[in-house]
Amino acid sequence: MEKIIIIDQLKKRAEEIRYDIIKMIGEAGSGHPGGSLSGADIGAVLFFNEMNFKPQNPEWKNRDKFILSKGHAAPLLYALLAHAGFFERSELKTLRKYKSRLQGHPASYMLPGVEVSTGSLGQGLSISCGIALAGKMDKKNYRVYTLLGDGELDEGQVWEAAMFASHKKLDNLCAIVDRNCLQIDGDTEKVMALEPLKAKWDAFGWHTIPVDGHNISDILHGFEEFHSIKNKPTVILAKTVKGKGVSFMENQASWHGKAPNREQTEQALKEIKARMGT
Amino acid sequence: MKTQDIKPIRDGYGNALLKLGETNPNVLVLDADLSTSTRTNWFAEKFPERFIDVGIAEQNMVDIAAGLSLEGKIPFVTTYGVFVCGRAFDQLRNTVCYSQLNVKVVGSHGGISVGQDGGSHQAIEDIALMRILPSMTVVVPCDHFQAYIATMHLAEMEGPAYLRLAREATAAITDENSVFELGKAQILTKGNDCAIFFAGTIGSEVMKAVELLHDKNIFPTIINMHTIKPIDKDCIIKYAKKFGKLMTVEEHLQAGGLGSAIAEVLAEEYPAKVKMLAIYDRFGESGQPDILLDAFGLSARRICEQVEGFVKD
Repeated sequence: MEKIIIIDQLKKRAEEIRYDIIKMIGEAGSGHPGGSLSGADIGAVLFFNEMNFKPQNPEWKNRDKFILSKGHAAPLLYALLAHAGFFERSELKTLRKYKSRLQGHPASYMLPGVEVSTGSLGQGLSISCGIALAGKMDKKNYRVYTLLGDGELDEGQVWEAAMFASHKKLDNLCAIVDRNCLQIDGDTEKVMALEPLKAKWDAFGWHTIPVDGHNISDILHGFEEFHSIKNKPTVILAKTVKGKGVSFMENQASWHGKAPNREQTEQALKEIKARMGT
Repeated sequence: MKTQDIKPIRDGYGNALLKLGETNPNVLVLDADLSTSTRTNWFAEKFPERFIDVGIAEQNMVDIAAGLSLEGKIPFVTTYGVFVCGRAFDQLRNTVCYSQLNVKVVGSHGGISVGQDGGSHQAIEDIALMRILPSMTVVVPCDHFQAYIATMHLAEMEGPAYLRLAREATAAITDENSVFELGKAQILTKGNDCAIFFAGTIGSEVMKAVELLHDKNIFPTIINMHTIKPIDKDCIIKYAKKFGKLMTVEEHLQAGGLGSAIAEVLAEEYPAKVKMLAIYDRFGESGQPDILLDAFGLSARRICEQVEGFVKD
């Protein structure tokens, strides 16, 4: 019974996150809605169930760390941080504007809660390896979570990091691949084939968990399984839909990095609001 | 020159790491499969649990160091300068410097004096690449004594820094009692005929050139510009005012190196001619280090010739 309540709350939270993503990108007039929306359910589970942190004390040493390797999904990260209480939701409307702490891609020196600046793809997993290794050295209990885009896996550095993480047995590290199957130039399998993706991660020595990235219960189980895995890093391969939750954006590569106009924004917000149930 | 004073500058770095291993528990060392060449193997033998060999993966190494620094560690990432500054430039730019992380980057094998390995392995653009990065400190020590003390200073300072080393054994031109202040030029000799700024182990050739010049009754002021960034503007302007023109010597491309950094200061503050002894728009090549230095106009003999012409000009 309790679990059903949690799932419902997380579903609602994911829709609220989507609402804010669309609202801030619409207001900014630019940004990346597709990959922000596809990661909303994963983000909601991470920030409102899975991770330990203290918004009033962002530097708390034992916090779990979240690295947004796909930095272009900054609106997702900002919505999550605002909902978690790192700053006021009203600040979201400053996205991409001059003097805003909400840079087009996350800048850690400006905004507490952003662990490290990202935007140039392929680097987040290596950074996460460093954080996870420090945790092992210092015998700390925090965990490290990294959200990667699937197109991002084209970057060779991701696989350097994958090798390192299993070599060092970083079982405090969980990568999540937002497997929406689209990158800027189109279908990931046509641009640069990733499949068989699970076999690749398996071969690199990772524990691999395929989940439906829009099924809260499935995502929750994925993280539970991660907790039980020892001596190897975990990757959650989350099957998602780019633009998820906005009918005209779903499965369209063209909504990777384009803002909706006023009418489109209104329509999108209406669709999301209907599911929020308020 | 005492024979025991001729040592690779890398040894000073290796010894400093050994000291830091004892005195600073946060210091970690990373290498990319070149630990024998870079001298990080000394640290690795003594502190294996604080040494991380990432294999031949420089980009990964820099970002792992970034992650370690986020947890309060002081990582020294070490490999050949050409690889860490070139191949991992984006990681240094977008992660280390943009996030203002406390990562120390050490590039050994700077300059053409790397020798026989040839142009692919001779870092001659590293100073340019590192000094243009916002928040990056750039230090180019002149010998093993200075590499030791500079390494100790970098461990103490907060923020990203690049330390350039070289391969060859070169004559020490400072000693263990020499004062090293980050960002403050070091005057090695004073003379009234001209001012010569240099950075790095090429200083040993410059000091040999000074002896040759004395025989010709030319007495230069020699300034060791060990910190390229932040640069000692006051010192540059002072000597530009005194002599009306300056000379620079470096084992680096003319574009973007020490000479350029000095010319930038003078262009804005006190326009004066800068004669740059450097490498002009070309790569290095294979050869014995002394032969290469001579061919590129950077041996003591060639420096001496060019100073003579510069003073008379």
